Amino acid sequence: MSPILVAQGVQKSFGAVTAASDVNLSFEPGAVAGLIGANGAGKTTFLNMVTGYLRPDSGSIRFDGRELTGHTPREITGFGICRSFQIPQLFHSLSVRENLLVAEGIAAAERVEEATDAVLEHFGLAQYAAQYAGLLPEGIRKLLDVAMALVARPKVLLLDEPTSGVAADEKFGIMDLVMGAVRGQGVTVLFVEHDMDIVSRYAARVVAFYDGRVIADGAPDRVLGDTEVRRYVIGEEAHAAA
Amino acid sequence: MSNILAVLFDGVVYSSWLFLMAAGLTLIYGVMKILNIAHGSLYALGGYTAATIAGAWLAAGHAAVGSFAMLVVAALLVGLVMGPLLERGLLKWMYGKNEVVLLLVTYAAFLILEDAIKLIWGVESKLLPEPYSLPGNFQIGTLAYPVYNLLLIAVAVIVGTALAWALYRTRQGKLLLAVIHDREVSAAMGINVNRVYLVTFTVGSMLAGLGGALTAPMIAVSPGIGVEVIVLSFAVVVVGGLGSLGGAALGALMVGIVRSLAVRYWPEAELFTIYLVMAMVLIARPKGLFSAPEARRI
Amino acid sequence: MRDRTVPALAIACAALLAAAPLAPQWLVFLLALALAKGMVVLGLVLLMRTGLVSFGQGLYFGLGAYAAALLAHRGGIADAALMIVAGAACAAAVAAVLGLLLARYREIFFAMLSLAFSMILYGALVKSSALGSTDGFNLHAKGFAGIALAAGTERRLFYAVSVVVVFAVAWLLHRYLASHWGRLSAAIRDNELRVEYLGASVYRVVYVNYVAAGALAGTGGAFAALAVGHVDPETAYWTTSGEFVFIAILGGTGNVLAPFLSAALFEGLRTVANQYAPNVWQMTLGLAMLAIIMFLPGGLWTLLRRRGAP
Repeated sequence: MSPILVAQGVQKSFGAVTAASDVNLSFEPGAVAGLIGANGAGKTTFLNMVTGYLRPDSGSIRFDGRELTGHTPREITGFGICRSFQIPQLFHSLSVRENLLVAEGIAAAERVEEATDAVLEHFGLAQYAAQYAGLLPEGIRKLLDVAMALVARPKVLLLDEPTSGVAADEKFGIMDLVMGAVRGQGVTVLFVEHDMDIVSRYAARVVAFYDGRVIADGAPDRVLGDTEVRRYVIGEEAHAAA
Repeated sequence: MSNILAVLFDGVVYSSWLFLMAAGLTLIYGVMKILNIAHGSLYALGGYTAATIAGAWLAAGHAAVGSFAMLVVAALLVGLVMGPLLERGLLKWMYGKNEVVLLLVTYAAFLILEDAIKLIWGVESKLLPEPYSLPGNFQIGTLAYPVYNLLLIAVAVIVGTALAWALYRTRQGKLLLAVIHDREVSAAMGINVNRVYLVTFTVGSMLAGLGGALTAPMIAVSPGIGVEVIVLSFAVVVVGGLGSLGGAALGALMVGIVRSLAVRYWPEAELFTIYLVMAMVLIARPKGLFSAPEARRI
Repeated sequence: MRDRTVPALAIACAALLAAAPLAPQWLVFLLALALAKGMVVLGLVLLMRTGLVSFGQGLYFGLGAYAAALLAHRGGIADAALMIVAGAACAAAVAAVLGLLLARYREIFFAMLSLAFSMILYGALVKSSALGSTDGFNLHAKGFAGIALAAGTERRLFYAVSVVVVFAVAWLLHRYLASHWGRLSAAIRDNELRVEYLGASVYRVVYVNYVAAGALAGTGGAFAALAVGHVDPETAYWTTSGEFVFIAILGGTGNVLAPFLSAALFEGLRTVANQYAPNVWQMTLGLAMLAIIMFLPGGLWTLLRRRGAP
């Protein structure tokens, strides 16, 4: 199977800060990968470049053979790549139901109302349907944010810290719902995460960033056991064992 | 040749006047993120106050030269009274609301003040010709020019320099710049943002009052003089970039000279050209000539 | 919460139509003007739903009024129906062009740019002696859709026509706002970024809404010109635009009926104020606006709708 998403030689700097330094990554359809790294390591910048919010200084990002750089977020969504956000991006004065109706309407769903009800059902949001999105508890806001990203049935789903700010007992719940929604459809899922339990449970592959570079890429056990990753991402000091 | 000079000179005079108005407006926006429509009323108040106290001064038989000082006094009065009154009495309760809502609040204040002026001063025009005619004329080519206009330019230059120095060289000014840059962080750093707001609005009001006071001797001070001023000042401020003092100066010069050329060669288009300049600048530079950079949102 | 808007629209329409032959002349005039202005404000409601406040609807109001008047004055066509169409078309055409630029702007810039364009028209009108300069000129419509009118009945007929047109448009707007596009407009107001990320073009929606609002204002301008029988540059002045914004805020943007209620209230109050206290009219407006902003931000409509939706 040929890779569906390929980043080659991606470079991005903001003045003196290097957010991406010769990033080369390649993902197969259906892959589930966790992107880890300290704050400022370049994970979110990578997502922003894939989705067109930022433009790489150099390098290319290809989706299904098509070059993504230079396209707008709207166009890239149209190609089949959707994302959720670290800080939930919702329509605060609309109800939960209306938020989803908007998403379904844009995705030109056949039966907008039914589709919305199905989403509400699957994500356990039915009880919140009439509440204003701006007044929801954080965990529900996150859930809605992710649910909206799934409405357009993307081929690639990018999740930016899907469980951050969510109560400990709800984290696995969110991930179960998301992974359940895409099961069996060959959707490529990349998720940025700081919680290593989530990463080891759901990711088949882990990519570790540091200082704009990819310092490790492979099976979770190997990457999470890697010395550099332990120092720069997980934060363990090399001499702590002594 | 002297024609072009006269036109340019006219343009610079008009620019000076525009700058005084725009400077206060852009300062208030830069610090408080409020586009102050009541600026027009403050201008009118400056004119009326000047007419009243300078008129009283002259009527009491004092030296005519003192009437110039009275113009400045009028401006200070307007600033020191109206500034705190509007900021503490009204705006303070509205902070945190959306920018356009604040615009509407200042619009409401403008409407209230327009009628307040009518109630206090009545509807007849007030005239104060003496300061204008007193310094006499000078020659540009074949044209006789009032010296007063030179004074106007001088005042604008002095005020501009003083403001720039105060902003960039003094400690107080740097606090203002910090607040312009980021209000929340400034407050977190211990800057008394409320006091900065009060000072800014007072200084801005004084500048508007000064614009009105200096204009009083050139026109018939009557209800409604503040109305046209507002839109003109906005055009200049938007051209220069909201919150930029240098932008206000450059914008004032551009608008003033273009307008002057229009008045000379194509009078019907006078109002048209001013807004055309604004529209064209915005097409090329959507945020005005000098604008602050914006941070990433996601 | 059942939506009773459509029945309410129908009832109001019927009641106002009944007033056409029955009500005294001054009332017909006041209502005609309120309906015309309410139409402009409908456009504002649409824009405000999208998160934009235009301080320059006077541009289209003036264009509609002058286009209608010029058709009679210069074009020799004194048919009110054509004049109304001319007003709407002219305004829509200009909005279609200006909208290309303005749809890129938001917040203060949108407000001030729209103001600037209206002032460009004002300036052009004032300096144009051919169009009567600040005095403007009168217009007389002698027929409607080919039917010649008996003297004395024109105003009542134009009023009746405006009732029908206005309520038809209000009904259409109500349906639009309840549709996907209406929801999308509100979504844009709340979070443009997310709308783009969901795959919709914010620019396109804003543009369409802007042109619609312009067309509405132009139609209102034509109706106003017919009601008053006179056009002058004041229609494009920024204070006129300010009035429309005031009426929008006074009524609130929660329902298509609100603009007409507050426009009627506004015209009624203005008539009274001009009679008894002309020198405090602006002050009253200002105080009322502050009161609404501080205590009733959703406008008077929220008083009618206790369990309010946004």
